[in-house]
Amino acid sequence: MAHDHHPTGIKRWLFTTNHKDIGTMYLWFAFIMFLVGGLMALGIRAELFQPGLQFWEPNFFNSLTTLHGLIMVFGAVMPAFVGLANWLIPIQVGAPDMALPRMNNFSFWILPFAFTLLLLSLVPQLFPDGPPNFGWTFYAPLSTKFGPASTDFFIFGVHLMGISSIMGAINVIVTVFNMRAPGMTLMKMPMFVWTWVITAFLLIMVMPVLAGAVTMMLTDRHFGTAFFDAAGGGDPVLFQHVFWFFGHPEVYIMILPAFGIASHIIPTFSRKPLFGYASMVYATASIAFLSFIVWAHHMFTTGMPVAGELYFMIATLIIAVPTGVKIFNWVATMWEGSITFETPMLFALAFVILFTIGGVSGVMLAMTPVDKQYHDTYFVVAHFHYVLFPGAIFGTIAAVYYWIPKWTGFMYNEFLGKVHFWLSIFFVNLTFFPMHFSGLAGMQRRVPDYNMMFESFNALSSIGALGLGATQLLFMYIVINCIKGGQGKATDQVWEGAEGLEFTHLPSPAPYHSFDVAPEVK
Amino acid sequence: MSLLKKVMSGSLSLLVFFTSSLWAAEPEHSTLNLRPGVTDTSQAVFDLHMEVVWIMFAVAGLVFAAILFAVIRFRKSANPNPAKFSHSTTLEIIWTVIPIIILVWLAKPAISLLLSIEDTSKSDMTVQITGLQWKWKYTYLDNGIEFYSSLSTPREQYVDYDKQGTEKGPNYLLEVDNEVVLPIGKKVRFLMTAEDVIHAWWVPDFAVKMDAIPGFINEAWTRINEPGIYRGVCAELCGKDHGFMPIVVRAVTEQEYNAWVETKLAEKAEADRLAAEAALKSFSMDDLMAEGKKVYDAKCASCHMPNGEGTGPFPALKGSALATTGSPDDHARLVIYGKGMMPKFDDQLTDVELAAVVTYERNAWGNNTGQMMQPGRISELKAGN
Amino acid sequence: MHSKNENNKVIKKLLALLLMMTVFVFAMVPLYNVFCEITGINGKVVVSEALYETVEKDETRQVTIEFVTSIKRGMPWEFKSTLYKVDVHPGELNEVMFYAKNISNKTITGQTVPSIAPGQASFYLNKTECFCFDQQTLKPGEEIYMPMKFYVDPELPESVHTITMSYALFNATSDDSNSVASR
Repeated sequence: MAHDHHPTGIKRWLFTTNHKDIGTMYLWFAFIMFLVGGLMALGIRAELFQPGLQFWEPNFFNSLTTLHGLIMVFGAVMPAFVGLANWLIPIQVGAPDMALPRMNNFSFWILPFAFTLLLLSLVPQLFPDGPPNFGWTFYAPLSTKFGPASTDFFIFGVHLMGISSIMGAINVIVTVFNMRAPGMTLMKMPMFVWTWVITAFLLIMVMPVLAGAVTMMLTDRHFGTAFFDAAGGGDPVLFQHVFWFFGHPEVYIMILPAFGIASHIIPTFSRKPLFGYASMVYATASIAFLSFIVWAHHMFTTGMPVAGELYFMIATLIIAVPTGVKIFNWVATMWEGSITFETPMLFALAFVILFTIGGVSGVMLAMTPVDKQYHDTYFVVAHFHYVLFPGAIFGTIAAVYYWIPKWTGFMYNEFLGKVHFWLSIFFVNLTFFPMHFSGLAGMQRRVPDYNMMFESFNALSSIGALGLGATQLLFMYIVINCIKGGQGKATDQVWEGAEGLEFTHLPSPAPYHSFDVAPEVK
Repeated sequence: MSLLKKVMSGSLSLLVFFTSSLWAAEPEHSTLNLRPGVTDTSQAVFDLHMEVVWIMFAVAGLVFAAILFAVIRFRKSANPNPAKFSHSTTLEIIWTVIPIIILVWLAKPAISLLLSIEDTSKSDMTVQITGLQWKWKYTYLDNGIEFYSSLSTPREQYVDYDKQGTEKGPNYLLEVDNEVVLPIGKKVRFLMTAEDVIHAWWVPDFAVKMDAIPGFINEAWTRINEPGIYRGVCAELCGKDHGFMPIVVRAVTEQEYNAWVETKLAEKAEADRLAAEAALKSFSMDDLMAEGKKVYDAKCASCHMPNGEGTGPFPALKGSALATTGSPDDHARLVIYGKGMMPKFDDQLTDVELAAVVTYERNAWGNNTGQMMQPGRISELKAGN
Repeated sequence: MHSKNENNKVIKKLLALLLMMTVFVFAMVPLYNVFCEITGINGKVVVSEALYETVEKDETRQVTIEFVTSIKRGMPWEFKSTLYKVDVHPGELNEVMFYAKNISNKTITGQTVPSIAPGQASFYLNKTECFCFDQQTLKPGEEIYMPMKFYVDPELPESVHTITMSYALFNATSDDSNSVASR
């Protein structure tokens, strides 16, 4: 590759417009945030290991849950998916780079500033009244009239993250619409590209809503408006409507790309084409559409009229149908295949199985009369961690194992990968499964202390969390080891059953500049 | 925990168990499932929950069985030549339609149950529940009984920063100073609202969970079938002590309830008379300081801290302008009427208690202003003088 | 393949979508109020004056109206309804007096925020006169009786037997704003 010249050192990373460099930076940023958010989770679990307050003041405990949520959602999961999009979409659609490379650089470099703003709130010299402490859902008026001074930094941080996400999403859509290789029609696009295009549309539509919500918070706090204050003619429940109008599509933003990833890995290791490609696309699109009309199922205890409760219950139950289609399609893909169990496949399988658990508890939560009892308990915590950890995080991990030979040119250590998998799957269940029980038995969310009847399940969760966190350090080792040469050179196709332009048309590692001449897709 | 401690806590819990069982048994409930509770609604919710659980177990079980079968039967060593099919319209229609049927099956009972939960009409009595940071206020609209209810678990039981372990009662964090007393067999309507931020009043045994929203009222109802003590918690994050504002309901027969109302009204009249009498008296510094410390530790210390140094967003009183150089009247007004995050105490404390706590805050922790606040001045302030 | 021009076309469309959503989020505020008025979400009452149209009185039906008042922190007033509850016939015009007194040493402006339970009833409860439409300013020691006139629409669903009207009194004095800075 003659034109592989690029700046080196810090300048390369600061000014790069190369989609691979930017993808790499996104992924490392996400991993660092994952560790930071994980540390906070360990802080939470340490306090909850046994009844009584051993470590944190209740106020700081609330800050830990808040920052853990915000960092994992906006700092870990979303940047990881954008990183994967950067790395993969151009080489999957046969484009030389993203359509808007300079904007790409900008949208990444916003992120460190956004999270610095958020994390500065931890410095007591700057903010003696502590970091944001109102939960990642920041319900008014707890976050407006009652929010600490650092709330304003949080608001600007969210604005910056939103700008970054929107720019990333625009880039994805323009790339996919304008830069596909000749012959690659929409219905020939790889599933990961499909899910990401739909995700990008969700981002463009809901990020302004989030930005609007925090802007209204800001004006309520400082400029005398009363959007969410009853005293001035506003309504705190309006905040929840605005937030969840953003928040529910956001939930799918954090899972759709993982659906795409599973739809690549399962066919590869089953050595059989994906079952029901078209129905996968339609299911993804209908999940995205439905996500806009179900938001108030997060609000069944706010005193909605019955008609509203009925509507949101039924609309939410309908989501189970396209989601079920996806699960059944993955199972059908494996059916009569010739399956091998390399690490990416193991994580993808765990994704399907554990996501199903999160899915069925989701159906339970959709049922309004019983949801009124599940609402704001650890049952909900169990549910969304089952869709986020084995869903979004396992999806990302599977993607890294699957594509890292293509990125680095080397095979990772398969034995350690399997160890990483088995430890992860054991600890993820140990951490989150007991939460179903403590929630049903009556333990509410976001409390630093609890009655002894919840003690054993909390102790199990805490032990699980410690193990789960430590296991991810092994992942970091495996990745670094792979970058440095790992288990030797990867072949160009990498996996026996791998399909797609990045495996059939590019060498391993993918060159710094790829597809300067667009490939022909038949 | 030493053996002695274990024996002591064991016998203590036995003692509590027997004394409480004299007039109301503590209901047993599972520590890993929803509870059937003690109302028709809670039973119906439980039944629906179990129905969904079994159906979901079946659905997940089928999916897992299919995956397990595929993983064993179609692994490369057992099936070296993969098939090539990539779709089947029949199959795809089947697994779209079957979930729809299951969901319709589930939605039907859910709808009728929901309609009954939301039907607050024809109630026999109404209790207004006001959530505030971090206690509940109950107002019986039919007879005017009104009281605050807050955590009665002593601070020493949950504060364990030196990690020595503390001895905890059986109802740790689920006990309050003033229980809500409700008659069984009557339809009780709850009106929920909040003073500051959003709270949620949740008693699992009644299957009642409803948000209390500042400025608005929400309705819920219950009809309790069995006498007993039922414990619940605040379910909506409401700030620092969200985990420390439990709910305790004592359900009794109608006669016992009526007797309780009589007693409560008589107690209130007596307390008002005593307070009015005391308010005319002048107290010594020592008396005010002793009473003030009691009130401060009970009502103020959770935010301003026992040492007066505050925590997080809650300001210090030690050395503060308000409690030293500021005017005692302004100080007292702030305690009486509250402002912003500071709650109002006009209906939570008597004039004597208000005077004592203001005096205490102006003289404790080296604030030594030497200034006293007398109950007479408090009642003047309350009258606008 | 692609050109700058084509990119710009797509970008423009996406920016339009972005703008649309930004407008939408702020439009949600008035939309929500309209929605509340129609459906009675949350018992939020849109503060607006109704005209007493000559509606037919339904003598056969009785509805109990309860009045609940609360005084928010930082508000040194007395405030209560002179009645706890009243039985009315749908269609008849009723009047209830509320009492307020400023018991501080400052002039204070108050604003009451109404709420109705059950929420669906707010659509059928029409106020022709209410102190909650305006702010009240009282001098130290000043007291006031304020009328509230209302009628219940005879269309009120049969299932509703009791309607609770709640009034929360807030301090709306301008130097005592609710912003964070002043707490």
